[in-house]
Amino acid sequence: MTWVNDVIQGIMLGGFYGLLACGLALMFGLMRIINLAHGDIAVLGAYLIYVVLEHWNTSPFVAILPVLPVMLLLGYLLQRLLLERSLRSGLLVPLLTTFGLSIVIQNLLQQGFSPDVRSLGAQAGSVATASWQVTSQLSIPAIGVLTLGVAVIIFGGLQLFLSRTQPGRQMRATAQDPDTAELVGINSKAVYARATAIAVAIAAIGGMFLAIRSDFYPYSGPTYLIFAFEAVVIGGLGGSLWATLLGGIVLGVAQTIGGQINPEYPVLAGHLVFLLVLLSPRGGLVNLRRVTA
Amino acid sequence: MSAQPLAPAVRARGTIRRWTRLSTGFTGGLGLLIVALIFVPVALGANTVQDITTLLTYVLMAVMWNALAGYGGLVSIGQQAYIGLGAYATVWLALKGVNPYLGMLLATLFCAAVAVPLSFIMLRFRGAQFAIGTWVVAEALAIWVSLDNALGAGTGTSLDQLDSYSPSSREHYTYWITLAFAAFFIVALFVLLRSRLGSSLQAIRDDEDAAASVGVRVVAGKRILFLLAAAGAGAAGAMTLANTLFIEPTSIFSVNYTAFMIFMVLVGGLGTFEGPIIGAIVFYFLQNKLGNDGVWYLVVLGGAAMAFALFLPRGIWGTLEERTGLRFMPLGYRVGRASAGRAEPEEPA
Repeated sequence: MTWVNDVIQGIMLGGFYGLLACGLALMFGLMRIINLAHGDIAVLGAYLIYVVLEHWNTSPFVAILPVLPVMLLLGYLLQRLLLERSLRSGLLVPLLTTFGLSIVIQNLLQQGFSPDVRSLGAQAGSVATASWQVTSQLSIPAIGVLTLGVAVIIFGGLQLFLSRTQPGRQMRATAQDPDTAELVGINSKAVYARATAIAVAIAAIGGMFLAIRSDFYPYSGPTYLIFAFEAVVIGGLGGSLWATLLGGIVLGVAQTIGGQINPEYPVLAGHLVFLLVLLSPRGGLVNLRRVTA
Repeated sequence: MSAQPLAPAVRARGTIRRWTRLSTGFTGGLGLLIVALIFVPVALGANTVQDITTLLTYVLMAVMWNALAGYGGLVSIGQQAYIGLGAYATVWLALKGVNPYLGMLLATLFCAAVAVPLSFIMLRFRGAQFAIGTWVVAEALAIWVSLDNALGAGTGTSLDQLDSYSPSSREHYTYWITLAFAAFFIVALFVLLRSRLGSSLQAIRDDEDAAASVGVRVVAGKRILFLLAAAGAGAAGAMTLANTLFIEPTSIFSVNYTAFMIFMVLVGGLGTFEGPIIGAIVFYFLQNKLGNDGVWYLVVLGGAAMAFALFLPRGIWGTLEERTGLRFMPLGYRVGRASAGRAEPEEPA
């Protein structure tokens, strides 16, 4: 029964990793760039929610509402001012640019918010601590269900957006072939900026759950970037969006089962599963090269 | 290199040279500088010796990251794996009774040995997968080391065995072994790049697919760079330990080491031989001037890395070479016209 419990906990943890990985996968699928500042952007989102909560006594789930438009705007500007310039010069330049950005964000957060470790768990109220005791061995935490539910809604919503709406179709066309998309009148720069805006806003939602589930501090970003990236790669780079969520779940289950074997192993087990998946002949669970971003 | 297939046709009218007066002078100067540096502990004070030790460690890190990324096109975010491994292997060997300085040498070889099986895994990946894959390996190694109680687990360990030396002789030995390592790896890279293999490496750097299509053994070339960079970073790790005497897993396996390497190489000039050395000197002075400001210093560092990546992707040295057409190290080939009696540089290759 403990194994069942581990798998269920792992699946819910995987929902969290999927949320963190969603924006990363969107940007990689569309522009073939890896945003090394993605983890720090999620942490930035957590800090912005923290700021709202300082002025407004409410729950983080409400406090994120004014933060989302800010993150959309920041994402848009990030693409327009920084990433756009770096796009057409291969893999290296965007990688190095976002690496620099990551260091800048971490240290500005350190300067602005001090190195103190914070958490928004208390402000989230009973959601953060409640759980359903199914059997003596199996309890299901409310926050886990909520995280997974939000992840499914966001992945589903993004999938619908990509397949059913005009801006979504433009994104898929641009992902497939930016030059041809330009020929039929799609402004690829605008498409990229919209996608980055969405990616950054979703990162902030991931950041909110991060802040409710555990502590965070200015240098938390890279740890979560690695988990997010592992989720993307396990799902299969350039595969479908749902594969990224599946990758997150595989990573989450690997970590909880690793933790069951030895309390010190969870992260190590996740890394090993990641490397094993990379070594597999297909280099990912799903490698369909589907046209979804 | 385009110079090779061109050679027979061009030779009828011109000459192909590697050494120019400038590059002879510059290479000779660099050689003399290394020789002169041997005498620093004799001539200058303890502070200078420590400063130059630190600077040489930076130079070694930058040159090795550039070998990997600049020539092999392999952007690693995980070179801290070998920094940590080099340092911890030195501690482990010292615990087994090996002389610490001999241990540093063996730890360097150990890093190269570890890189052999790793290269078969990592070189299957390109671009993004390689970058993050190396990082994950470094993280996994950091966790693995921090689970080992004999090595001080998460709280760290120190190289007590160096206490048997007096502080001044310890400083001098550390200085000389750092200088020896830095000089060895710089000269090794120089020799490698001038060899036939070097031509293929520079071809890989310029266009991997085109190089493969004319028969360059891309993976073999990359593997040699991978091993060299691992050994170099391992040596730099052992040097860091010799300088600080204390290490803990989170800091010696910190991704910041790779951040510093990236900064130095970007500022100096990615894919140039001299650039990383310039970058290391810039980094060293920045750290001395701004290092006390901690956070702001890192903001400046990150911002400068972004600015160089976006606006000056060839770095200081690469831009200088591009603008002036001068080549300071004899790594490429130059085609000159012989008809006028003296060789007129036409196009640096």
